[in-house]
Amino acid sequence: MDFLKHLYEGPGILTFLIAFPLLGALAAWLVGDRSARATALVVGIVELLVSVPLFFTFDPTGTCPQSVIGRQNEGLPFAFSQLTVPFQNCTDAPWFADWGIHFRIGLDGISLFMVLLTTLLLPLMVLGSWTYIRDRQRTFYAMLLALTAGVVGVFVALDMFVFYVFWELVLIPMYFLIGVWGGKERVYAAVKFFLYTAAGSLLMLVAILYVYFRVHSVTGMSSFSYFDFMNPLAAFSAREEALLFLAFALAFAVKVPIFPFHTWLPHAHVQAPTAGSVILAGVLLKMGTYGFIRFAVPFFPDAAHAPGAVKWAMVLGVIGIIYAAMVAAVQPNAKKLVAYTSVAHLGFVILGIFAYNLIGLQGALMVMIGHGLSTPMLFFLLGMLYERRHSYEIEDFGGLAASIPVFATMLVFAAMASIGLPGTSGFVSEFLVLLGTFKTHPYVALLASTGVIFAAYYMLPMVQKVAFNALRSPANRDIPDLDRRELAILLPLVVLILWIGIYPKPFLDRMEPAALRLLATQSTRLAPPMQPMGDVAAAAPNP
Amino acid sequence: MSFFAALGRPEVLDLARQTHYFWALLPEIVLTLGAMLVLIVDVIHKGDRSEPSRGSIPVLTLAVLAATALANTALFGLRDVSANGMVAVDGFRTFTNFVYLVAAALCIAISMGYLERRGIMKGEFHALVLFATLGMMLMGGSRDLIMTFIGLEVMSVPIYVLVGFDRMDPRSSEASLKYFLLGAFSSGFFLYGIALVFGAVGSTNLTYIAETLGTGTDHGHERLLMAGMALTLVGLGFKVAAIPFHMWTPDAYDGAPTPVTALMSTGVKAAAFAAFVRIFAVAFADAGAQWVPVVWWLAAVTMVGANLVALTQGSVKRMLAYSSIAHAGYLLVALLSGGDTGKAAFLFYILAYTVMTAGAFGIVIANSRDGEERVTLEDYAGLGLEKPWLGAAFSIFLLSLAGFPLTAGFLGKLYILRAAVEGGQAQLAVILVLASLVSYFYYLRVIVVMYMRPARSEGWHAGAGLPLAARTAVLAACVVVVAMFFAGAVPMRWAEQSALSLWRQPAPVAASPAPASLFR
Repeated sequence: MDFLKHLYEGPGILTFLIAFPLLGALAAWLVGDRSARATALVVGIVELLVSVPLFFTFDPTGTCPQSVIGRQNEGLPFAFSQLTVPFQNCTDAPWFADWGIHFRIGLDGISLFMVLLTTLLLPLMVLGSWTYIRDRQRTFYAMLLALTAGVVGVFVALDMFVFYVFWELVLIPMYFLIGVWGGKERVYAAVKFFLYTAAGSLLMLVAILYVYFRVHSVTGMSSFSYFDFMNPLAAFSAREEALLFLAFALAFAVKVPIFPFHTWLPHAHVQAPTAGSVILAGVLLKMGTYGFIRFAVPFFPDAAHAPGAVKWAMVLGVIGIIYAAMVAAVQPNAKKLVAYTSVAHLGFVILGIFAYNLIGLQGALMVMIGHGLSTPMLFFLLGMLYERRHSYEIEDFGGLAASIPVFATMLVFAAMASIGLPGTSGFVSEFLVLLGTFKTHPYVALLASTGVIFAAYYMLPMVQKVAFNALRSPANRDIPDLDRRELAILLPLVVLILWIGIYPKPFLDRMEPAALRLLATQSTRLAPPMQPMGDVAAAAPNP
Repeated sequence: MSFFAALGRPEVLDLARQTHYFWALLPEIVLTLGAMLVLIVDVIHKGDRSEPSRGSIPVLTLAVLAATALANTALFGLRDVSANGMVAVDGFRTFTNFVYLVAAALCIAISMGYLERRGIMKGEFHALVLFATLGMMLMGGSRDLIMTFIGLEVMSVPIYVLVGFDRMDPRSSEASLKYFLLGAFSSGFFLYGIALVFGAVGSTNLTYIAETLGTGTDHGHERLLMAGMALTLVGLGFKVAAIPFHMWTPDAYDGAPTPVTALMSTGVKAAAFAAFVRIFAVAFADAGAQWVPVVWWLAAVTMVGANLVALTQGSVKRMLAYSSIAHAGYLLVALLSGGDTGKAAFLFYILAYTVMTAGAFGIVIANSRDGEERVTLEDYAGLGLEKPWLGAAFSIFLLSLAGFPLTAGFLGKLYILRAAVEGGQAQLAVILVLASLVSYFYYLRVIVVMYMRPARSEGWHAGAGLPLAARTAVLAACVVVVAMFFAGAVPMRWAEQSALSLWRQPAPVAASPAPASLFR
């Protein structure tokens, strides 16, 4: 047991979680089409089993010594000025040492759940693609595993260069997943996905370099370390900070996606194969909100807290919630409907983040987790339906409760979780977000709470038309119900949704210190009090 | 290099002494002898019969290049105390020499099999490639404008011939004629520019020019110098294919046999850029106020224009031609950034660019057949699915050209961006990033077609492939492109040291002998 304890307290575990799927990708590609899926499944299960103990060994107040991660820096804000940083399992290996690029990774209460969500979905996705993917299997599973490695990397990176590399690494496998194994309009969807995301991330790259050079010019040290990026000596002017924040925010907003940048999402979702939709909705979208929480807001607190920015974020978040719900309500295609619900749910996350209080932030994180369980479940179910009937059109179905009752039960459950019925994860998380938002922006909370009603408005008719109504079409009559493999995919999700819905405390406890710290860091880094009317220029720190 | 020291290599060269030129020009001498050897061996093989050359010729050519590379290592750590030698003895030259040799070796390697298929397997091809490489080394390693011009001509004349090497192909001949006419014209510009600079400063020696301009004394020929610099700029702009001097590029690249295209877009460009750096960023450094704004616009227009035009290309070969113009723009940014970082970024990028571009042309060759060049986008449909290795290699090269992480191209662009921001060219850095964004689209399109469209017909790609040697070269290029990302610190340090040596002023010699420069 000492060995295990050592393993889970040491730095190697995170590197393993990144490297193992990469090696697995190579293995899956080498073993050939016939056994690729079995290899991928083994890799996925091992990855999950290795990562699960992190949940139990995780110490919410755990820290790493400063010397392990980043440099000693006396100018850091208070939350980081101690000799330790609030991350654990840290690794810091020099890569391009002259440029201050190190392979720095670490885990805190926010990244923990994102990593676990990713490793949970991996074996489920392999199972979900078991019979769905028939062509070029070895490349498919290699891509899927490489994608997982990239996503884990994004969530643990504490070096902006490493972060950017992982961020882009995610793009290529996802692009191939959509473009090669997708539906009829897959090429259009894949290219649109790629160009939207790449455009956003290039802007972020410029912003990263700008901060890097600024820190270099004021302190004389080259470092891409996450902590050095918050060096107060950098002292950006209000205009600079606003532009930098905008560059980061755009990259993340495209990924989330926030309302006007969401147009790539429905295409990508509808065209992607089931596993692609699952990982897209389950974790890739969260990379955007994670980016806001971890990078954009703490780096540029003045710009992020400026009344204008908060107002825009709130307005776009609410528009996302209501607009996406309305669009979802009229979709004839069930997969597209679910895709739009993602936009709505992620709107809640944005509200929670920009409420700037603990409840809101925790709520946002809980929505990220809850949505990462319920939406993949819906996509899995639709994928199973597609394998049986080769259609996502709602009107092709009806009365499935009579022919495949287990499926119908699961669909109803997933829909309820997505709507946010009390007792499911959706309720707890959205409730927290609304509570947090109400504290600072009561009217916004009022508007957003209609989103919960809208969710019922678009989700229930879909469930009704698919699972109930009359069993008219004979094609719907003679289809097999869910088999054991398919239940094995869905049941873990059901259990987790109920667990979070009924007893979210273990989750909230683990993320609370990290969330508090992020908020504290922001408030200490904020410029002196702003003028009442929010004149941004007046609030700028004078360099 | 104790090996060369044992052979009697002096530690410090003094180019006022003619015997020291032997050591300073060792790689060039080896290459010249080797090129002649290739010609003679080919003639001995064939006699007066008209038949394809033997397969041993390319092998011999590669051996000559390897020997030259070995001789090039003799330049490591060598210093030159004379201020006015005709050739530079510095790390910059050693580094760029390796780049030309890599370009030539890749060109020869990917030409294997290709020449036989097109029926142009002649020993002259290989000898001409070697002579062109010699020209590159002379041009990029010269420290005198006259020497630069001689190098330029030694490089260009074989290339004119190589472009039109497939006499039976009208497009090849057309490309050759176009390139020759415009190239001769630009050489004229360059030579006239040299004359005017000589008139203004009183020397063609680059070190002397730098010192004269550096003292800031009014030499009274301000306008003459400006005219000279402008004409020199035109000549170099033509060779590096910067917009608006790029008109010949797409046609010449498209019509030339593909291995020659690979050499033109890598070695020739690298040599012209090396001379560009030596002349403008070093010799004319203190006249920067005059030329920097002009080159700034050249860089900006080249990056934006080339990427936009590349979007509209239906032929992969032409797309790569425009991509190479766009990369000239990126390299101009490195040149403009000045300072040691700018030079180091330039060196790093030119190495990465050479490997990835030559590799990409290797794949273009792999996809061509007996008589026909399959270069349209539709010809690539399904390639990635039916030939996974070719598809994967091409994807890596294209992603690297686009500047995507995990490839050398990304690190190279990051290096240039860093140099640009440090050198106060932040606007150019932004333009570079936006231009790269545009480039994503057309590089990506090839990958889309390769993986997401079915092939034209069943078995369309059955014959795609390369002979073993060429395959090894392309695979090696692929590995280098990825390795330069993960272990980029090694070439980076080398580039930095090489760039530093470019700035190092030669140590003053007591009782300096008479200047060796021709015109002084």
